[in-house]
Amino acid sequence: MTEIERLQSVAQSLRAHAVRMVHKARASHLGSCLSMADILACLYWQVMKIDPANPALPDRDRFILSKGHGAAILYAALAERGFFPVEELDSYCQNGARLQGHATTCVPGVELSSGSLGHGLPVGCGIALARKRSGLPGRTFVLLSDGELDEGSNWEAFLFAPQHRLGNLVAIIDYNKIQSFGRTKDVLDLDPLADKLRAFRWDVREVDGNNMQQLCDMFNSMPVDADCPIVVIAHTIKGKGISFMEDQLIWHYKSPSDEQLAVALAELGVTA
Amino acid sequence: MRTAFIDELCKLAENDPSIWLVCGDLGYSVLEQFSDRFPDRYLNAGVAEQNMTGIAAGLALEGKTVFTYSIANFPVMRCLEQIRNDVCCHNLKVKIVSIGGGLAYGSHGYSHHGVEDLGVMRCLPNMKVVAPGDPIEARAAVRAMAADIGPGYLRLGKAGEKILHSGPVEFEFGRAIPVLKGSQVMIFSTGGTLGIALDAAGDLQAAGLSVAMSSMPSLAPIDRDAILDAARTVELVVTVEEHGPGGLGSAVAEVMAESGLSTRLRMVRLRHEILKIAGTQDFLRASLGVSREHLVNSVLSVLRPT
Repeated sequence: MTEIERLQSVAQSLRAHAVRMVHKARASHLGSCLSMADILACLYWQVMKIDPANPALPDRDRFILSKGHGAAILYAALAERGFFPVEELDSYCQNGARLQGHATTCVPGVELSSGSLGHGLPVGCGIALARKRSGLPGRTFVLLSDGELDEGSNWEAFLFAPQHRLGNLVAIIDYNKIQSFGRTKDVLDLDPLADKLRAFRWDVREVDGNNMQQLCDMFNSMPVDADCPIVVIAHTIKGKGISFMEDQLIWHYKSPSDEQLAVALAELGVTA
Repeated sequence: MRTAFIDELCKLAENDPSIWLVCGDLGYSVLEQFSDRFPDRYLNAGVAEQNMTGIAAGLALEGKTVFTYSIANFPVMRCLEQIRNDVCCHNLKVKIVSIGGGLAYGSHGYSHHGVEDLGVMRCLPNMKVVAPGDPIEARAAVRAMAADIGPGYLRLGKAGEKILHSGPVEFEFGRAIPVLKGSQVMIFSTGGTLGIALDAAGDLQAAGLSVAMSSMPSLAPIDRDAILDAARTVELVVTVEEHGPGGLGSAVAEVMAESGLSTRLRMVRLRHEILKIAGTQDFLRASLGVSREHLVNSVLSVLRPT
């Protein structure tokens, strides 16, 4: 198995966890989880310096999930990476569990509690600024949704980071083209997104965010001591990996039925 | 008060390299004292309070003690969700400093009147809410804020406030600062109405009443013991503040109502309406029902009914 195949397999297993978790909890936001699976697999298994045995490792890379509604698959990644037992994923959204529906620092490995959109990038700017001014290593990765770019606070941060030359900051936009009420182009069109971000003086990279080879090539070629913040526009498919969920708005909300769960897991190559 | 603030912050920053000052493009001719001496720990985030507060949270996650600074509502209301979700939820050392709280920006109008801030901030978990009554209290509060482990909100006046305490004060979160002892009425004041409270207390003493008065810079936590002690000993408790509903009067009422004591309570606070006129801070205060005369009359109407 090649490294790329291994990472693809990790991404599929994260998807399977997310599908099971959302099914059991009768929760939502499954489509948002599935679109970002490959990005998480690439970051947590290939790119980021982290130590699950020491989550507070001072020179670790920081990961902030600004689209906090994708918590299920982040928890899956953290559990599979060893921050807490995989069995705990079964407790997602259950009464009394620490695995809340939106990302929370109650869960080991989560760097920032999130859920309301437009918060992650400003906090990421603060972390990156503190580390840059102190000459400390480590990059800060912030994963945003496309819908949350409607929030003005992100654009305040997009203005800020290049001004302060935060080359240790990487924003990743999970551009699956669907937000909660419809297609982004119909709600508030972001395009031309790359041009906008270039005009804000970011180093803009565009990839197929569901293509592991492209993700690895892009992250691995990224300078670690740049003078300019980097933004990755990751073109993804909402619901990626499960045929009947792909590019369907309804899977922002629905949780799969027992039958749909079985089909989904079969498509992911996992037996229930 | 802003001079007291920046002086004190610079003193603290000399000895504590974790202290940062982050402003929202306001503080011209005041903050240079800090930025000139500690450029690596100073940041002008621009006219962008949401990002400013998020950045402050990020800095605090990295171990910094961050003071955010702007005027009136700007560091509070515009970024309230960042304060709630990013700062309070993570119990971070972010201290929000509002200059010109209350009606200090008089003729600037309602956009610049911070008259709901105390109520809003005291609802937030982990948040210490402080409104000093004079520059001496302000200095003490800045020191306490810097030393405290969690979030804080400091509502300051603007410039030129008189020193009202005759010497240093013992400032502690959740502790009132006793100023006068008396047996008939207790006046609790928070923030910039301390002068009004002192003047009114003098008038009431001259009228033959035994007047107790305490400054209550700490609204959250609040000094429950001081309130209950007063409610047990005096005939009337009066609060005075440059704020509408939700502030000191409400906080004192909550404690008294739960106590089961039937001591009477009067609140001298800003009428809950939007000002449609210009004027000085004193003029606008009085226009909305907060002045020495309003406070005196409030007490006399209960204790000396005609």
